[in-house]
Amino acid sequence: MTSDKKGARITQLHGAGGELMGELLDRLILPKLGRATAERIGLRALDDGATIACPFTAEGELVLTTDSHVVKPTFFPGGDIGLLAAAGTINDLAVMGARPIALTLAAIIEEGFLFVDLERIIDSFASAIESVGVSVICGDTKVMPAGDVDGILLNTTGVGIARHAVSDAGLCPGDRVVLTGTIGDHGMALLAAREEFNLSTRLQSDVAPVWPMLAPLLESPSGDAVHAMKDPTRGGLAAALNEMARKSGTCIEIDESSIPIREPVLGLSELLGISPFEVANEGKAILIIAPETVDDALRTLRAHPLGTDAAIVGTVTEAYPKRVILDTEVGGRRFLDMPLGDPVPRIC
Amino acid sequence: MSSSFHFSDPKRGRALADAIQILAPPDPLKIVHVCGTHEMAITRNGLRRFLPKQVALLEGPGCPVCVTPARDIDTAIAMAEAGATLCTYGDMISVPGSQLSLDNARAQGCDIRTVLSAADATAIARETDNEVVFFAVGFETTAPMTAVLALDSPPPNLSILVSHKLIPPALVALLDLPDNRIGAYLAPGHVSTIIGIDPYETWLENHSVPVVVGGFEPLDILYAIALILRQHRDGIAKVENGYPRAVDPEGSPTALGLLEEVFETADVRWRGIGTIPSSGLQLRPPFKHLDALARFDLTLPDEQDVIPGCRCPDILTARAVPSDCPLFAKRCTPLSPIGPCMVGAEGACSIWFRYGGERPL
Repeated sequence: MTSDKKGARITQLHGAGGELMGELLDRLILPKLGRATAERIGLRALDDGATIACPFTAEGELVLTTDSHVVKPTFFPGGDIGLLAAAGTINDLAVMGARPIALTLAAIIEEGFLFVDLERIIDSFASAIESVGVSVICGDTKVMPAGDVDGILLNTTGVGIARHAVSDAGLCPGDRVVLTGTIGDHGMALLAAREEFNLSTRLQSDVAPVWPMLAPLLESPSGDAVHAMKDPTRGGLAAALNEMARKSGTCIEIDESSIPIREPVLGLSELLGISPFEVANEGKAILIIAPETVDDALRTLRAHPLGTDAAIVGTVTEAYPKRVILDTEVGGRRFLDMPLGDPVPRIC
Repeated sequence: MSSSFHFSDPKRGRALADAIQILAPPDPLKIVHVCGTHEMAITRNGLRRFLPKQVALLEGPGCPVCVTPARDIDTAIAMAEAGATLCTYGDMISVPGSQLSLDNARAQGCDIRTVLSAADATAIARETDNEVVFFAVGFETTAPMTAVLALDSPPPNLSILVSHKLIPPALVALLDLPDNRIGAYLAPGHVSTIIGIDPYETWLENHSVPVVVGGFEPLDILYAIALILRQHRDGIAKVENGYPRAVDPEGSPTALGLLEEVFETADVRWRGIGTIPSSGLQLRPPFKHLDALARFDLTLPDEQDVIPGCRCPDILTARAVPSDCPLFAKRCTPLSPIGPCMVGAEGACSIWFRYGGERPL
């Protein structure tokens, strides 16, 4: 690892959700944090959230998650940092199988930031939490001198309740891999919107809270057939699938032709040489579902507007433990490995 | 994924897979291609799955920045250290020379610019009084643009460090290596849009090896492989155009005219391979005043072309694949690359690392 060298410094890739971020956590941060578990799922699981025994109901688990948002540009096609912060935290709870209850909101703002922009951001945040029925119950505001922070950064912590929290490691051979919609939209929309790329595209971020789409499935009897979940944010589908395969010791075999992907995303990824499998999504989930239930589950997901493109994209097997295999559209076959990091920086 | 990219059509893919199986040779056959774009398409689309077990498909010297000798990089750095503004293609920037890469030199204060075309170097030179050097790398596909730069009344402060290389002589050199049993070549389609297919016939007339010029979409490549296997089965060894929608057998007379006017061939070194006769370009006498080497008095470090423990030389000569190298994906990754094949975006190691080059069954 690059940090073995004397005077080594953190690079953007150390925060990009891939192999390097994993190494940073494993080798520098986690070993120093001895007390890292409060209940069943703790820090070391490196899941989307952690659990605490729920003091209110005997059968439930309290799920806790936290996230900082540093997106550039602050306003992007399809959303802004306010919507992203709300959706990001709600989604981390949702893919733990937890109904979101409450959020915190902390803002670090650069001196000179426009009131009107802050107002838009808070409006987006408010309408996102309203749509899910979750409350924001405490917060913090700091202002930094101009130049000490780039625009605005938000941090949100979320708390939710799950009947039984769903980890990202519960994959069993035979399970089907379900993707709730198209991939690559968020990362590619941000890339296209950056000033250095003079591209006019129809790309929109997919940023949205996924709980309203997942709730009907998770809170139905079929919910127990959902063995694992993850939201493919930084590092995209490739990073999320590799994490799931590694943690569960299974192999995930993906059928490329069944992966929903929009034409402009595919076109831009070809143009820039950036794989759509490696860029972030902010309104999607990967669900690992028992085969006998998957068709029912798919119907339930598709009944929600966010899930109309939901598809079965692969199967959990034992072929190559801890690896992900991609059956390509033309009929080829290769490993889909953990990316070093998301190729697009500052996306969430 | 969307099926609107018809060159990945799975039905046609299956038909070609069937053809390849029917044409499978009884004995081991090594097919070599010489193009990073081919390797990218082969690896990303998992095309090695279509090959019968006894058929191997390897990238040889297909990454132009990987075969640029350390001495040329050292020379470029020395020119920048002497105060010149050095312009070159982005792929070249991180490739290690004997001691430094161009981006190391840039970090030490040298003025090193990335350009997308030779014309950008001219534009940079017109805006400064400083001496500007265009470090011209690449195969037949980029050399015509360098020729245009030379012919287009370049400003007096612009000169060229020529490091262009030619594909057909390299194919012959690889065949002449003693322990390299190459059975066929998949030749790069874009090179043939410039040179056509005739040069392969001239260069390889004394070698009995099939050469098929192939395009870059998955189906193009499978089609070219089927053509190779058919020649092999029928005991034929000829140059065949498997990319007729883009490649004219005569190539591009305009581009060839430009090359002929500005350059003559020279014996040049290829990193990891050695000197190959007539495999490079140098400026003809009327253009010698543009030769950067004549404008600088340079002191160069001792040359280190091959890095200890790195198997790039074997990979560049198609005698190994990236996973044969003990450093691959362990000590050598795209973030801390050791050999040139992990640096260049067209290098086999870089592509295998990013797109999973091993062959799952």
